[in-house]
Amino acid sequence: MNLNKNTLIEIYRNIVLLRKLDEKLIELFTAGKVPGWIHPYVGQEAVVAGVAPHVRKDDFFCATHRGRAVHVLKGTPLRKFVAELLGRKTGINKGRAGEMHVMNWEVHSVSSGIVGATFPMAVGFGIACKLEGGDKIVFCTFGDGASNRGTFHESLNMASVWKLPIVFICENNLYAQFTPSKLTTSVSDIAKRASAYNMPSTIVDGMDPIAVYEAVGEAVERARKREGPTLVECKTYRYHGHFYGDKWETYRSPEEVEAWKKKDPVITFKERLLKDGVLTEKLVEEIYNDVNSQVEDALKFAFESPEPSPEDVYEDL
Amino acid sequence: MGKKTIAYIDAIREALREEMLRDPKVIVIGEDVGLGQGAFTVTKGLYQEFGKDRVIDTPISEESIIGACVGAAMAGLRPVAEIMFNPFMALVMDPLINHASCYKYVSGGQVKVPMVIRTLVCQGRGAGHDHAPFYASWFMHVPYIRVIVPSTPYDAKGLLKTAIRDDYPCIFYEHIDFYPRKPNLGEIPEEEYTIPLGKADIKKEGSDVTIVAILTGVKTSLSAAKKLEEDGINVEVVDPRTLAPLDKQTILDSVKKTGRLVIVETDFKTAGVGAEIAAIVAEEAMEYLDAPIKRVATADIPISFTNEKYILPNEEAIIKAVKDIC
Repeated sequence: MNLNKNTLIEIYRNIVLLRKLDEKLIELFTAGKVPGWIHPYVGQEAVVAGVAPHVRKDDFFCATHRGRAVHVLKGTPLRKFVAELLGRKTGINKGRAGEMHVMNWEVHSVSSGIVGATFPMAVGFGIACKLEGGDKIVFCTFGDGASNRGTFHESLNMASVWKLPIVFICENNLYAQFTPSKLTTSVSDIAKRASAYNMPSTIVDGMDPIAVYEAVGEAVERARKREGPTLVECKTYRYHGHFYGDKWETYRSPEEVEAWKKKDPVITFKERLLKDGVLTEKLVEEIYNDVNSQVEDALKFAFESPEPSPEDVYEDL
Repeated sequence: MGKKTIAYIDAIREALREEMLRDPKVIVIGEDVGLGQGAFTVTKGLYQEFGKDRVIDTPISEESIIGACVGAAMAGLRPVAEIMFNPFMALVMDPLINHASCYKYVSGGQVKVPMVIRTLVCQGRGAGHDHAPFYASWFMHVPYIRVIVPSTPYDAKGLLKTAIRDDYPCIFYEHIDFYPRKPNLGEIPEEEYTIPLGKADIKKEGSDVTIVAILTGVKTSLSAAKKLEEDGINVEVVDPRTLAPLDKQTILDSVKKTGRLVIVETDFKTAGVGAEIAAIVAEEAMEYLDAPIKRVATADIPISFTNEKYILPNEEAIIKAVKDIC
């Protein structure tokens, strides 16, 4: 697959940005400055960062409740995005959606706090793409837990029968909320389920953004050519709990977490790009500084923004 | 303006066809709606006229049918789904309640979710506990879901066309008693027309007691009113036509005139349609009431395939309720 230097640097930059953003949010959440909850994406960044170069602005993209990466990489301005997470009037959804429910319809990204609710929505987007003609497609990320919902079965069947242009991307992080998937799920590879829908599928290392990029690239090509949907399973891991602050020590071992951290894309991908001469230490530093100032700028904007007023509550009805 | 006579079932099909011709974004989707012509031939001919991409036969997957409508609507289409029997709506609650009704607001006004769900109220046919009940107040309870209950061919056509053009999710109830053609003929204009949501229709004017009735309750109330006339009781029959939005003013004005209120509904009594209407009248027109409010509704027990004749509201129950307070 043709991956030029700029795309590789962009993928790396996005991984660093997503990590920085989540770390900052965790810090603020711990200080009681983020309303609601946060579901950290830390550890899984290589998945959406690897998908992002294939995504066009007019494509539809369904995110999960752990879906910040989708909205950011789909092109939501960071200021408006962070303001939304902090419940500000200047947020992309005027401070009404929050972390789990961000939607940016200018770039067709949507999420849901209901696990598995976006499968049928993706079908609806797919129907619209098909009726419209052209080569617009749908990306639908979901977790291993969501593949146990009835909507998974119903919607993947529909997508297959109607040859809808959807790329289903499973972020298999091995845990559904606080329960190991092996206790609740009949298969360890979610990709196996695709065969029941006569749908091609593939499994990749979700800690390796290039592997994700390549596998998703093939699925995207099929979808744009109107050859039907594909399921790409990415084996990945979340370093934190289901939401930040849950007692993950009760359902998984610190050794397991540490073992996955050895594959951390922030480190391994950097080393690989340094070794290949794509990155230099100087460029790495520049990227860090640039990402830092971008996140700080967005936070400053958000904190200086007003919260919704009592009058705002009754708008957009 | 020219008029023509049309059956209820044909009025619905005419509304669907006209809207599909008018707007290429309108699609029909559901189980058996295409080749199968719809469960009771309501969508007959649409598949042949508009093709399989706009009249979509689906698998038996209610939740994903309605979830797909949410996505399609967000993407700019105007889906009209068929959920064959009203109790099957229990299967579609998540996309409807947690997504369709909220997305415009929680997105900060970025998207709209214009979609219609046509669903059949199949009471009085021995269809059983999971096919027969009428559930309307479930959806009245959720902000920004439209609840539409047409009782005549004129109302059905005009309201369905409005619902298809509306930017919020609409539940459109059709009663099986309205499907046979002969007893359900009515006059409609030859020309195109629509009926606004939230506008009640006074089906019969009267001065002694107000009956607010919906769906089949309207017809039964009108026949009860005729008999009550012989006893010197002059009944006004108000058909709200849409329960959300609800035309409170027409109901309140009628009650202020008559001083008495009976609500005739065929859903279960507890926390039903009548409970809301009674509460509104109690809150806003208590001082005009000369007698307690009465509700004639289905008894609060599960429907079985043999018990409907004992538990559904009928003309006798309406007459008794009216006489109790007059």
